Amino acid sequence: MPVESVWPRLEPLLPQVSKPIQYVGGELGAQVKDWDAAAVRWALMYPDAYEVGLPNQGVQILYEVLNELPDVLAERTYAVWPDLEALLRAHQVPQFTVDAHRPVGAFDLLGVSFATELGYTNLLSALDLAGIPLAAADRTGEHPLVVAGGHAAFNPEPIAEFLDAAVLGDGEEAVREITGIVRDWKAQGRPDGRDGLLLRLARTESVYVPRFYDVDYLPDGRIQRVVPNQADVPFRVHKRTTMDLDQWPYPKRPLVPLAETVHERYAVEIFRGCTRGCRFCQAGMITRPVRERSITTVGQMVANGLEASGFSEVGLLSLSSADHSEIGDMCSGLADRYQGSNVSLSLPSTRVDAFNVELAQELSRGGRRTGLTFAPEGGSERIRRVINKMVSEEDLIRTVVTAYTSGWRHVKLYFMCGLPTETDDDVRQIARLAHEVIRAGRAATGSREIKCTVSIGGFVPKPHTPFQWAGQCPAEVVDHRLALLKQEINTDRSLGRAIGYRYHDGQPSLIEGLLSRGDRRVGAVIRRAWQDGARFDGWSEHFSYQRWVTAAAQVLPEYGLDLDWFTTRERDQTEVMPWDHLDSGLDSDWLWQDWQASRSEVEQDDCRWTPCFDCGVCPGMDTEIQIGPTGRKLLPLTPV
Amino acid sequence: MSRRQPPGGQAPVVQRVRVRYAKRGPLRFTSHRDFARAFERALRRAGVPVAYSQGFTPHPKISYASAAPTGAASEAEYLELGLQAPMDPAALAAALDAALSPGLDVLDAVTVSTVVAGSGGSLADRMEASRWRIELPGVEPAMLRRAVAGFEAAERVPVQRLTKQGRRTLDARAAVAQIRVVEPVPEPVAAPSEVTGAPCAILECVVRQVTPSVRPDDVLSGLREVAGLEPPVPPKATRLAQGPLTVQGEIVDPLEADRGRMPTGSGD
Ligand code: SF4
Repeated sequence: MPVESVWPRLEPLLPQVSKPIQYVGGELGAQVKDWDAAAVRWALMYPDAYEVGLPNQGVQILYEVLNELPDVLAERTYAVWPDLEALLRAHQVPQFTVDAHRPVGAFDLLGVSFATELGYTNLLSALDLAGIPLAAADRTGEHPLVVAGGHAAFNPEPIAEFLDAAVLGDGEEAVREITGIVRDWKAQGRPDGRDGLLLRLARTESVYVPRFYDVDYLPDGRIQRVVPNQADVPFRVHKRTTMDLDQWPYPKRPLVPLAETVHERYAVEIFRGCTRGCRFCQAGMITRPVRERSITTVGQMVANGLEASGFSEVGLLSLSSADHSEIGDMCSGLADRYQGSNVSLSLPSTRVDAFNVELAQELSRGGRRTGLTFAPEGGSERIRRVINKMVSEEDLIRTVVTAYTSGWRHVKLYFMCGLPTETDDDVRQIARLAHEVIRAGRAATGSREIKCTVSIGGFVPKPHTPFQWAGQCPAEVVDHRLALLKQEINTDRSLGRAIGYRYHDGQPSLIEGLLSRGDRRVGAVIRRAWQDGARFDGWSEHFSYQRWVTAAAQVLPEYGLDLDWFTTRERDQTEVMPWDHLDSGLDSDWLWQDWQASRSEVEQDDCRWTPCFDCGVCPGMDTEIQIGPTGRKLLPLTPV
Repeated sequence: MSRRQPPGGQAPVVQRVRVRYAKRGPLRFTSHRDFARAFERALRRAGVPVAYSQGFTPHPKISYASAAPTGAASEAEYLELGLQAPMDPAALAAALDAALSPGLDVLDAVTVSTVVAGSGGSLADRMEASRWRIELPGVEPAMLRRAVAGFEAAERVPVQRLTKQGRRTLDARAAVAQIRVVEPVPEPVAAPSEVTGAPCAILECVVRQVTPSVRPDDVLSGLREVAGLEPPVPPKATRLAQGPLTVQGEIVDPLEADRGRMPTGSGD
């Protein structure tokens, strides 16, 4: 059945909206395939504005992996801004893909990648605009399967009502497998309809279908248990792990937008996973073990990526890029190769050590010098032991001074506020550290020009981390400490002048906390907030705390619960977590032990350079650490 | 104390090339900034030996002549490139066209001959006027004809425009050298026509390059001003030509002077 492009109806609306180019498509690397020739059709969504969503690696990789299959078609869709949303509604134009402007409702699958929970309301807008019923239970055979992925999918319970399925972990192999199942099911004449397909997916044990699980609650509101309600559906659903990244050198044909986006660069993941074990870091916990891409594959990807895109910037991405076993050779090899070519290289690494400064220096050899950010995360030695960020004050001062003496005038220091066990004093110590940094920097350089910016993020306890049991710090306490810190920084006028201070208030973090650790009952809060106008909750100009508080107050009392119950309440070991049936590989006893170690301020080493500490992932997921060094070097490229 | 040194001297310009390009179809929504970014990437992908400015953030040497507004299509956009190594202009045009998204199309490129250019002035100086074609779906040609007659009869047509500095008033009439309603011709390519069967009046006008510039939107505001013309659907404007204006009101190919003794057709 042919599907009509909405373009003729969309085009007259575009002169009336801001930045219309974001809805036009036509990027380099974009693909428009024949609708009728495709056996399986995916719409891939990043639930935020195009300028944020387009550079997203996850979506770009899956887009390419899927489109490489001859009988599969994948197109992209992004959240539309409120100005276009109003026009689409007024003119009854549905949510569309930017590639061929096809209606999202016509696809077989809608895959949505959630990097953060703050995209949930944008999912609802997209479903509604697409004409897809919000509740999965109301969908019929004519609607796409709505499948969530990304980090937030490790606890999809708050949006369980709106999802047909969720996939945990790496997507490369998962999307192919799901595609195969959908292809067969369609070819066989769709036996047993939508549920028949969902059952096939659920039985793979790596696709979570919320409707096949019942949640029972205790009288006090806690979860009693989560059990499958269908035969052969597993009790626990496992995450996916892509092994051997050298076999998956994506993106090969990066998408190059016409519109301005947040990252204008060719990005290559140099490794996945992180075992530094920062206890607040969900990404580090759920992406284990560490799997490096080899220096030669990285070199090849950068060369191809630049040639295919024309970008002049390269980002070497990972959770802690300076930790790659061959990062030194990689950086100097790339710097040699691109010297004098107006290509700039960046390494978003926040590791607090001199080596990191050395790498940054190496990469800026070509002229352009990127900013330096260090992330001690906590102000006092005590709180750094709690969060397992093994950085001594001495290290920090020495590192920043090295940066100043190497020519950087300005560095950024990143910290968190609202951490478990945190006191006012832990936060005050941030000011003392910043003062120390400036004092030492002035002494070492003899210059009063040096500056630092202290940037504070609000801590949100996340599922599958040792802090999943912790009570979130109330917003008032966070705000009080942030104000205290500001005062403290300015106690010394001369030092204070050299210190910039950036922070967000505590309220948005609390809502993120609700969405992160919520269960299925939070779904009604999301729906209510969305009906009340919640959109683009990750954008301060669109986010309304009051709207969420009101929605929570309207919905949660029915269950005898409130916002605090989901956020600031500390959980105990016996409590069933909403995500306990979703297996990230982490052993829950190990997580609990690590939480106890945190409270006793005991640190945990990295399993890359000390023996395995049995977090459970490798045996549980049948994976292993894959790191170099390979001993190979980057060869100079012969221009073609 | 700083070890920061500006990168070594950039190579000098050895050849200047003027390029005509088009902004077509959906890509008419490309803003000038968007185009400039895309064009710089296309230069790298096409391997064009563009020269760079000196300094910490070297910029490729590109200068643009009055770019069409976002949302307006164009068959006649122009820019000039400085090259650090010689390149055949035809090869350059072909390579750039292949490196740009379809819809941003390179149509022509000529080397600036220093001898001739001396007399021809800068590219921007040559852009005395533009010919625009404005499609007005849903507007009866007769209605448009009445509005145009009113516009032509008026001495001055003050219109308001929202700019970054706030509301400002400019005269839409003075800049318009020519304005007429043309008979619709069948669509040359498979451009989707949104309201099939509905009337679509077409306006053509020659607008002088003045400061502040008068754009197709301002001409339409002028028609609203004098005759209450309110198109039901946003009109679509296309710049057909841009260049020197003859006394007869014709627009000449602005690259003709650079072609030396071998002028080609006006390129429309
Ligand atoms: S199982 Fe052992 S080796 Fe694997 S990630 Fe956990 S601690 Fe490291």
